[in-house]
Amino acid sequence: MTTPAEAPLEAPVIPYVDPQRRARSRSRARRDGLIASLSTVVVFAVLGYLVTSSPGWPKVQETFFNWDEAVAAWPTLIKAFVLNIKIFLVAEFFILILSLLIALGRGLRAPVALPIRIICTVYVDFFRGVPTILVILLLGFGVPALQLKGVTNSPVVWGTVALILSYTAYVAEVYRAGIESIHPSQRAAARSLGLSSIQTTRYVVLPQAVRRVVPPLLNDFIALQKETALVSLLGPIEVLRAAQINASSNFNYTAYVVAALLFVAITLPLTRLTDWLQRRDSKRRMAGAM
Amino acid sequence: MTLLEVRDVHKGFGDLAVLKGMDLEVGLHEVVVLIGASGSGKSTLLRCINGLETVDAGFVRVDDIEVTAPDVDLDEVRKRVGIVFQQFNLFPHMSVLDNVTLAPRKVLGMKRADADEAARGLLDRFGLLDKADDYPDRLSGGQQQRVAIVRALAMKPEVMLFDEVTSALDPLLVGEVLDVIRELKDEGMTIVMATHEMGFAQEVADRVCFLHDGRVLEQGPPAELFADPVEEQTRAFLERVARI
Ligand SMILES: Nc1ncnc2c1ncn2[C@@H]1O[C@H](COP(=O)(O)OP(=O)(O)OP(=O)(O)O)[C@@H](O)[C@H]1O
Ligand SMILES: [Mg+2]
Repeated sequence: MTTPAEAPLEAPVIPYVDPQRRARSRSRARRDGLIASLSTVVVFAVLGYLVTSSPGWPKVQETFFNWDEAVAAWPTLIKAFVLNIKIFLVAEFFILILSLLIALGRGLRAPVALPIRIICTVYVDFFRGVPTILVILLLGFGVPALQLKGVTNSPVVWGTVALILSYTAYVAEVYRAGIESIHPSQRAAARSLGLSSIQTTRYVVLPQAVRRVVPPLLNDFIALQKETALVSLLGPIEVLRAAQINASSNFNYTAYVVAALLFVAITLPLTRLTDWLQRRDSKRRMAGAM
Repeated sequence: MTLLEVRDVHKGFGDLAVLKGMDLEVGLHEVVVLIGASGSGKSTLLRCINGLETVDAGFVRVDDIEVTAPDVDLDEVRKRVGIVFQQFNLFPHMSVLDNVTLAPRKVLGMKRADADEAARGLLDRFGLLDKADDYPDRLSGGQQQRVAIVRALAMKPEVMLFDEVTSALDPLLVGEVLDVIRELKDEGMTIVMATHEMGFAQEVADRVCFLHDGRVLEQGPPAELFADPVEEQTRAFLERVARI
């Protein structure tokens, strides 16, 4: 250990900084800020000029960034977008629970649990390998084709199920990585206190693991929010499909741009939250590493 | 009365035989110190006693429980045998108080209020009451290790195993942890500890066991064993330690 042991006993001192140094670092900070804003303005001005001065710009503006079109399409799009949000929320709920069960199933080491382990592993291997879009098509068109009695043919339901199946596999891996990142000595400590294996997982391993995987978990959910658009392949009028209909009826693509902005608008809070959590996490880990 | 009995225990990891016919008896209220070179199997022996490792052959008994019986209830063993490790292994996501009360609540089924009260009593005894609501990463190494000891004591064990509990500590913090062990000895706790602190071993041990080649090569009261070891290897080990 290299840390001086007396340190905690000392009274806290206000860090002393040479006034000249402080003044110098202040003026440097001011200069840096100025350069940053200047370069930003210049770059965006040049980009803006290049785009708007291009020969095709008036036409592009008319077909992609048409304000009147945007206003006209808005009510339909926002109504359709509610469906995306519903799909997303329902899917996320099931994914969180199922993936945790799968991750725990893969971690079972008891001999009797071997079949569970095999099923969970095969499941994850399969659904991580198959493109989500294929799962959606197969379920969305395949299940109704079976004409089963008492089973819904709703494309929204089967599209959502497909998203759940696909993303559960990814998220299970995230959970598993978190569980495996907890040092075995934590388990040994809990077991040596008399806690059963299940209690150890429940009270010692999982709470720590979940905390660690929140940022990657949110990443997967950001991806999921976008991929709700894939359900449009099955026909239900979610936002992408609504935009498509709008575009093909009046040969104007502004609705696509509006749809894109809607997706950005709902993923943005999650993206920022993820960034913030990751920063906080790495800061804490640096502090912990001494 | 022998509280703890280890008979002809063998334990290996792959090709490496670590314990090769280990014998050890520990009486009620006795303090036994294990010494020996790094890799001589001190930790392995301690982990076999509370069932964290399964033995390859031999017999281990704690009080009236046969730890090595095929149908042993290891949870029952671990209720009676407390162990504290070199790395404190506190649960970082819980406050000090929750670290201490987790096992009493979940294993012994104590009510939260009762467990809290008992835990606060223990923490108070070892000068840690004001840390009850802190998280482990806010504590010094010595405080963390003392909490780890309190956490084990909260299960009211019959035997305490200490595995080099001061080795990860800054030299200035070793004393406070040794004080705790000293106090436990004075209360009559049965203790088996592996340590490199020869001075402390000399002071608290009723008996010192020198582990070599997977067995107890030589044992005796510290005064005799340290002053006048019989075996060549014991002498060599003690000289090597003294030089550090
Ligand atoms: N789980 C394990 N898997 C493989 N080898 C192990 C395992 N645990 C211990 N060993 C090996 O067994 C031998 C004895 O280890 P042990 O930790 O019991 O020694 P020790 O006397 O406690 O040493 P130290 O003083 O360094 O703590 C070492 O060579 C170690 O590498
Ligand atoms: Mg050891």
